[in-house]
Amino acid sequence: MKVRCWAMACWLGAGLLTPLSVSHAETSSADAIAAYRAMLGDDNPAELWQLRGAGLWRQQRGPKQADLSACDLGLGAGVIAGAYAQLPRWFADTQRVQDLESRLVTCMTTLQGYREDEVLQVKFGDGDQKSDLEALSAYVVTASKGMRISLPLQHPAEKAAYALGQALFHYRAGPHDYACGTCHGETGKRIRLQAMSKLDDGAGAREVYTQWPAYRVSQGELRTMQWRLQDCYRQQRLPQLKFGSAVAVALTMFLAKTAEGGIMAAPSLKR
Amino acid sequence: MKTLFHPAALASVLVCGAWWMPACAEDASAADVQAALHNSFTAKGQATLLRLQQDETQVLCTAHAGGPLPAAVAAQVSALNRATQKPPSDGGYLGDFKRGEVIAASGQGLQSSDDPAKPNGGNCYACHELAASELAYGTLGPSLRQYGKLRGRSAAVLEYTWGKLYNSNSQMACSKMPRFGYRGILTEQQLRDVMAYLFDPNSPVNQ
Repeated sequence: MKVRCWAMACWLGAGLLTPLSVSHAETSSADAIAAYRAMLGDDNPAELWQLRGAGLWRQQRGPKQADLSACDLGLGAGVIAGAYAQLPRWFADTQRVQDLESRLVTCMTTLQGYREDEVLQVKFGDGDQKSDLEALSAYVVTASKGMRISLPLQHPAEKAAYALGQALFHYRAGPHDYACGTCHGETGKRIRLQAMSKLDDGAGAREVYTQWPAYRVSQGELRTMQWRLQDCYRQQRLPQLKFGSAVAVALTMFLAKTAEGGIMAAPSLKR
Repeated sequence: MKTLFHPAALASVLVCGAWWMPACAEDASAADVQAALHNSFTAKGQATLLRLQQDETQVLCTAHAGGPLPAAVAAQVSALNRATQKPPSDGGYLGDFKRGEVIAASGQGLQSSDDPAKPNGGNCYACHELAASELAYGTLGPSLRQYGKLRGRSAAVLEYTWGKLYNSNSQMACSKMPRFGYRGILTEQQLRDVMAYLFDPNSPVNQ
């Protein structure tokens, strides 16, 4: 029943969000999202991803026929409550700083015996082809709802990732000279009708980082930070950002640490 | 003993120890950044790995991003980019404002997902207000409502505006605005058409 309601809401939401109605005024886009949220009440289609992720977490899968109860996301084996609010962080077993998504890849390869290319075959879901990584992310992230972002940033590699992320945020390149900071370097600005937050600032970063991952109404998919960052780089006219790469993790580290103290509200609902 | 209580040292301990102040990490070196970029991207479509390499302007502007731009660097960047300026080959600044409107509204072009066979857009509306009828405009750049009506069409104004579109950094060092002509984002004819959109008395911009 719930699923059918969601599908209808999506359809109505899409109608509300057509460019025609959006283009009438600055506020109408925000109004349409607000109306869509009101229709859903406390529901968010992200719950479908979360539920599927919960199932995947507990299911014995892969060549080793193991579940993920031994997966250590930084707070100990199998602990997911609050884990996302403290990521990315250094992991001794892999000897690198990892965000949630790259850590899930580690768990699925080491515990379940999948090959990395198998895990990464569907990084981002599209229609009928759903991504297990997005579902598992939704499950883990939901368990940090209401919790304060607090990253250790003690290990030298964590500090190096933060510094790298900060440098990358300002790195201008490509035919358009765009850096992350080109669009996300000022408060109160927008692109077309889309409000842009200043992401190298605590308030702006908290506003945004606490909302991701998010269910994207326009795509009908739940999207994680890995998706968000690679799509930003596409719009920056730069090449394809690799999933779980050093740049992706460093930028996530910079954004998460800048958002320190923010209260996680993800998965949220986004245009 | 005295040095132990040096105010600057004390302040640094306090700031670095505070939970809300993460900026204690050392700056990343240029080599760190290049190594990470090298390992983190794959070429896709027209977006090759060469795009990760910075030109001199991008290096200078990156080094001073997020803070004030020193006057000497601003002068250096302006000079570098002034040297690239190219007036229209036939001396004509103004094309067709209707074509210019399409270019101003289009954000298509040069993304890894874009078809290189299709013309690039200028995406002016992403950052600027132009025609009164288009309400879906961004605010990163100043409003250009009635651009030509307010400024007239003197040779100096036309030349200035062409220069701004061709290479924004020659007039404003480290501008956020792309260098549309110099970087080959828009063709000479497309620039003329955008110029007409800004200056033509019949253009919706000037209504």
